[in-house]
Order: sequence, then structure tokens, then C-alpha cells
Amino acid sequence: MLPTPSQTVGPFYGYALPFPQGGQIAPAGIALTGIAPAGPDARAITIHGHVHDGAGEPVPDALLEIWQPAPDGSRTGAPGSLRRDQTTGGYAGRDGVTFTGFGRVATDPDGSYAFQTLSPGGVPYLSVCVFARGLLHHLFTRIYLPLPGVDWESDPLLAGLDPDRRRTLIAEPVAERVYRFDVHLQGDKETVFLDFR
Amino acid sequence: MPLTQQDISREIAERSRAYTEAGQIQHHPARDYVPYRSSLLRHPKQPLVTVQDPEAVELSGPVFGRTDVTELDPDLTGQHPGEPLGERITVTGRVLDRDGRPVRGQLVEVWQANASGRYAHQRDRHPAPLDPNFTGIGRCLTDDEGGYRFTTIKPGAYPWRNHGNAWRPAHIHFSLFGNAFAQRLVTQMYFPGDPLFAYDPILQSVTDPAARNRLVAAYEHDLSVPEWSLGYRWDIVLDGPAATWIEEGH
Ligand SMILES: [Fe+2]
Repeated sequence: MLPTPSQTVGPFYGYALPFPQGGQIAPAGIALTGIAPAGPDARAITIHGHVHDGAGEPVPDALLEIWQPAPDGSRTGAPGSLRRDQTTGGYAGRDGVTFTGFGRVATDPDGSYAFQTLSPGGVPYLSVCVFARGLLHHLFTRIYLPLPGVDWESDPLLAGLDPDRRRTLIAEPVAERVYRFDVHLQGDKETVFLDFR
Repeated sequence: MPLTQQDISREIAERSRAYTEAGQIQHHPARDYVPYRSSLLRHPKQPLVTVQDPEAVELSGPVFGRTDVTELDPDLTGQHPGEPLGERITVTGRVLDRDGRPVRGQLVEVWQANASGRYAHQRDRHPAPLDPNFTGIGRCLTDDEGGYRFTTIKPGAYPWRNHGNAWRPAHIHFSLFGNAFAQRLVTQMYFPGDPLFAYDPILQSVTDPAARNRLVAAYEHDLSVPEWSLGYRWDIVLDGPAATWIEEGH
């Protein structure tokens, strides 16, 4: 069957798609206590950065979605992590215990975003899908984490990229358990974007 | 000189001609579509890097459950004490993959302007009335046949600032999840026979006429409910990597 074409997310998704604690992929309860399924290294990591356009200007209306395996490597996610406000029926944030592997964050007026998660099991990367006004078709990329023991040459994607391009996919450690990752939609530092076949 | 509709229409015609001459079917819009001015600085110039890895995480995807979506969410007319203004409609259809298999139990999200063409969003400055009984957000999970259904009101056309006298045809924004993250789709559904189609660079960014038609719902009289609502049908086919890989559950 022929696919339904993509169209831009537009400027007004902001009241529809983001949800409270969309960037809190690490369940607040589990990340602190280290109980299963978080595994031995249960402390949350923070990833933050900016989204830039081809003129280097911040993109204030981008939406990033993150999808990743759980720390134990499972890729099944988990349904039903959101809480509901009893009065309004609206979203009231995450339940604090369920690890869904899915996050959604909108950029701020300065083009910045941030989310907290647990290290993915089995792979050194988080999958990212970028939406924005002006973007007629979303863009996939990956955030690679420079975790101990990771060899970029053994990764099927990174191994095939020249060093300048590869660099755009690797998060930079900026503090203990904090990484910076900028997305450049266009220009000298243009991020590597992906197509899945 | 400010851009006029004539300028944009000329550019749309040029891109349409170039597409026909190239003779290669494109189901999706090009990311660099000049008539849509916001695309100029927001599309990559390097080609996408193809990933053909059966172990790629993108071949799996998130799941959503009953607290993420409640039975109240698919009715956009029932979220406030009063009835919203406008023409009540139901929009229904199926979500399928490219092999025609139903996409089951996946999240469908919609958002839209009210009957006057105004979004309940602080940055929407269109001087049309807000409707206290309409927010314009809906969600549901697809059923075992991939089916979805929303009750809402028909959104109005609205102006925007791509060029002078630019108007968007009436549309509902849709966000869809497949069984794999790589099947993700955000798109817009249009209403049949809208006179604004030819003038709109966002719809026309899909340069293939048959693909463009797949963004337009069908009015279906049997879906209309007597004394209550008009019915539209719109089926959605998710693109993505070879379905066999997804089937294997990676
Ligand atoms: Fe819109």
C-alpha cells in the first residue's frame, strides 16, 4: 500500500503533544532507589542542548521525541505511565515508577531542551525524532553516549561515518552524569540524520 | 516587496513541473520546499544516512496504555460543560502498515483549530473568537482492526504569514505511532473539495498528485448520524522499514 505523506507539525502543537514530565524518562522513584528494572547503575543521566537552524539561530518551536531500551536491554517499553488529574481529566505527570523508554520534550524560546533518563542497555545510543514548524518531514537522529567501554568502531552506523560527521552524533560530557547534545538542522555543524530501510 | 500569492503560486507550479519532468514518484514532501518559507533554514543539506541494521532500536517502539488515553479523549466535543460551536463531525478510519496489516493498539493524537479557525494556543494571533467549549485536542488507541474514531467539529480555515493573503485550508493535525519508532508519522488531514488546496504551499509540498489526494478525507454519508453529525473517512498508511524486520520484534 502507498504511504500517507508526512506534513509539518506546524507551530501550534504545543498544547496537544507535550505532556507534564515528558522529559522525565527516568522514573523519579526508581532512579533514586536503584530497584529493578533500573539495574546496578540506576542513577539518572541528564542530556541537554539546543536545536539550531541553518543560520545558527535557536529553534524555539521544535519537538524532540526519545525512544530507548531499558537499562536491562529490553525494548518493550511499558504502557500507562501517565497520571490523570481527577478533576480536569488532564495529564498530571508520570507515575514515578514505570520506565517507558519514551520521552517527549519541546524546545524553549532559546531553543534549549533537557531530559533525564537511565542509560540504555545493550546499545550506546538513544533514538531521537525531531519535529518542527518548517520541517515538512520529521528527522531521525541518535544521541550516542560516551559510556565506559564503548568502542565507536564496533557500532554499525558510526563505523561508516567520517570523523567530522560522526562527531555530530556523540554527546559531550559536561559534568558528572550530564551530557550536552546540540542538534543542527543545517549548516557547517549539520547533524547526521537517518533513514531506516 | 512582500511576497504575494502570485509569487508563491508560480513557485508551486515550477516545483510541480520539475517533479513531473523528473519522473520519479515521491510519496513524501521534500524537506526543502521553497514555497514554504519556514523550510529554508530548517532542512538538512546533507543526504540522510541509511541504517540497515536488524538490531536497530528504531525497529521497536513505545507502547501506550489506558491511563495515557481514556475513553473521554476521542470526543473533542465533550471536554467542556457546553457544546462547542461549529459543524459536528466524526472522523474515522484505519491505520495500516505498507503491507496492509492493521496497526493495533497504537496511539493516535489529533489537534486542530476551532470552527472559526483559531487554535487554543497563546501564540495564535488570528483575531477570530476562541470557543470556551473547545480546546481541540484528542487521543485514542487503535483497535484490533487498526481502527480509530474521533468526534469533533469541522475546523475553520485560518490565515498565516508565509506570504501576503496566505490561508491554510481546513485541516486536522494527526500524530501516529506504528509498531516501530521508524514508522512514526505526523501529518494533516484535509476536507474534500476545499477551494484553498491549490494556494497552500504546505499541502502542495507533496508534489505527487496521487499522494496529495491521500491526505484528503472522504465524505461518507453512511457515517453521518441523523440529526447529529457528518461523517468522514480517512485511512492512514504508515511508511517505514521493511515490515518483516518489525515483525521479528526487534
Ligand atoms: Fe494547523
